[in-house]
Amino acid sequence: MRDAITELSAAAIRAKVAEGELSAKAVVETHLAMIEATNPRVNGLLTVCGEESLAAAERIDARVANGKKVGPLAGVPVAVKDNLCTAGVRTTCASKILENFIPPYNATVVEKLMKADAIIVGKANLDEFAMGSSTENSAFGVTANPWDLSRVPGGSSGGSAAAVAARMAPISLGSDTGGSIRLPASFCGTVGMKPTYGRVSRYGLVAYGSSLDQIGPMARNVADAALLLKVISGRDELDSTSVDRPVPAYEKSLDKPVTGLKIGVPVEFFGEGLDAEVESAIRRGLEVYKAAGAKIVDVHLPHTEYAVACYYIVAVAEASSNLARYDGMHYGHRTSETGDLVETFRRTRAEGFGEEVQRRIMLGTYALSSGYYDAYYKRALRVRRMITSDFEAAFKQVHAIAGPVCPTPAFKLGEKMTDPLTMYLSDIYTISVNLAGLPAISIPAGYSKSGLPIGMQLIGPVFSEGKLLRIARMHESSAGLADRRPAVVDGK
Amino acid sequence: MAISQDEVRKVAKLARLELTDEQVHRFANQLGAMLDYVDRLKELDVEDVEPMAHAISLRNVFRPDAARESQGVEATLANSPASDPPYFKVPRVLRG
Repeated sequence: MRDAITELSAAAIRAKVAEGELSAKAVVETHLAMIEATNPRVNGLLTVCGEESLAAAERIDARVANGKKVGPLAGVPVAVKDNLCTAGVRTTCASKILENFIPPYNATVVEKLMKADAIIVGKANLDEFAMGSSTENSAFGVTANPWDLSRVPGGSSGGSAAAVAARMAPISLGSDTGGSIRLPASFCGTVGMKPTYGRVSRYGLVAYGSSLDQIGPMARNVADAALLLKVISGRDELDSTSVDRPVPAYEKSLDKPVTGLKIGVPVEFFGEGLDAEVESAIRRGLEVYKAAGAKIVDVHLPHTEYAVACYYIVAVAEASSNLARYDGMHYGHRTSETGDLVETFRRTRAEGFGEEVQRRIMLGTYALSSGYYDAYYKRALRVRRMITSDFEAAFKQVHAIAGPVCPTPAFKLGEKMTDPLTMYLSDIYTISVNLAGLPAISIPAGYSKSGLPIGMQLIGPVFSEGKLLRIARMHESSAGLADRRPAVVDGK
Repeated sequence: MAISQDEVRKVAKLARLELTDEQVHRFANQLGAMLDYVDRLKELDVEDVEPMAHAISLRNVFRPDAARESQGVEATLANSPASDPPYFKVPRVLRG
């Protein structure tokens, strides 16, 4: 019973619950049982909302029994990254500084989930304040990749990806600032999408890099990701950077292939450092598109080699500003060694922030400080425009750009922790997308010889989510990928 | 581009972080390596390129200046380390 229900897609669960064929209670119970069975080994969820989710399920079942309408995600369990505020439910950002923080409000995306009758089963682990590519920077333990527990799930939304891969929930929300949805999706064999900047409200998303952050869906198939994207998208007057643009019914036109599809392959993405198995998986993916009638053309993104450098000035500069609010005054941790005001700030932050967070705050502060602002920050913003122009030029020739998500499949826990720069270079294919504000999706493209998932990235022009999802669906429906499941799901 | 331990201390003060001597030494090396890496941006001719702070071209998104319901004192103080409603209790800000 547990097996059958936890294999269902979100769309299937919703249909069965709305028709009264399956109770939301049974759905939640089986997923909570899966969480109990797998979370001790995976540590995908930092907080499990057992009671609340069962109560929500009962309310939905009552409405179905009374013939009342239920939302588009009725009865569907969702895991929510722990940098998204959930009223009354601990939200830690995987940081000691917010270890006991209980938000008094819901993020807009959380409100939308609840309005859609989705059921939040837990808060997912992440790299502290979303700073990282492996979820190893969490103050509350690493998350293990469900496909190989000695390896990372990717980051920073590692918990969200692991939860979906391990069947703790069929869908989850992550956030992506430099690749933090797409990378864990690739490592965990799920679908993960970063929408266009401004497509989804950031209200209630704890800010890291405000011009880069976006919330996005993760799921085990494209249709569920499309459904979740539809639910969370839209203009929000509480987020002045959310764009006033109608939200198409992404989930409705998915099976309409894109005729005359032209896919661009950046030559710069296939250079040195790309693992041979990753390259073959991507090439096979491109063959799938060719067989479906698409034209594959070479494109150039000449400033690719500067993207990581550009990001590690822009993002850290924004982070140093955003994280200045954690001062121990109004919420969060305050040092017990209080001195004068500045001493209290300094000790509170030193005690509350992990190494990586402190490192990025330092780098950002330096880049913005007097004497360095023009040389670093302002210069990086100019390079940002050059990177964006590269994409604009490429999109004049093609509908979408395809390539790898990461140079390698999931690496071992601890492998990249000694040199920060090595870790940063995992983001080489994803990072320019955030700088340009474009939508991009990671879809499963295959497995390595040792059984590790490999994702393929598709990037589109701004607000092309609908087309991008259809292109993703074209691959999913004809690639014939082996239908595998991580061993941990079966108790192995 | 090496960053001196002195500069690290200065930046730490600006960032309101208290670092141990060991951290200062470690950060000097790590930040130095990062700055070396980001220095490659100097290779580019950015002369006629406008800085791009934002991915979208929204400007001046306003709402009417009308008061709304606030969340109230209790919710606002709920997470505070120290409070005496309706006040947050904080270390002395002004000297004397």
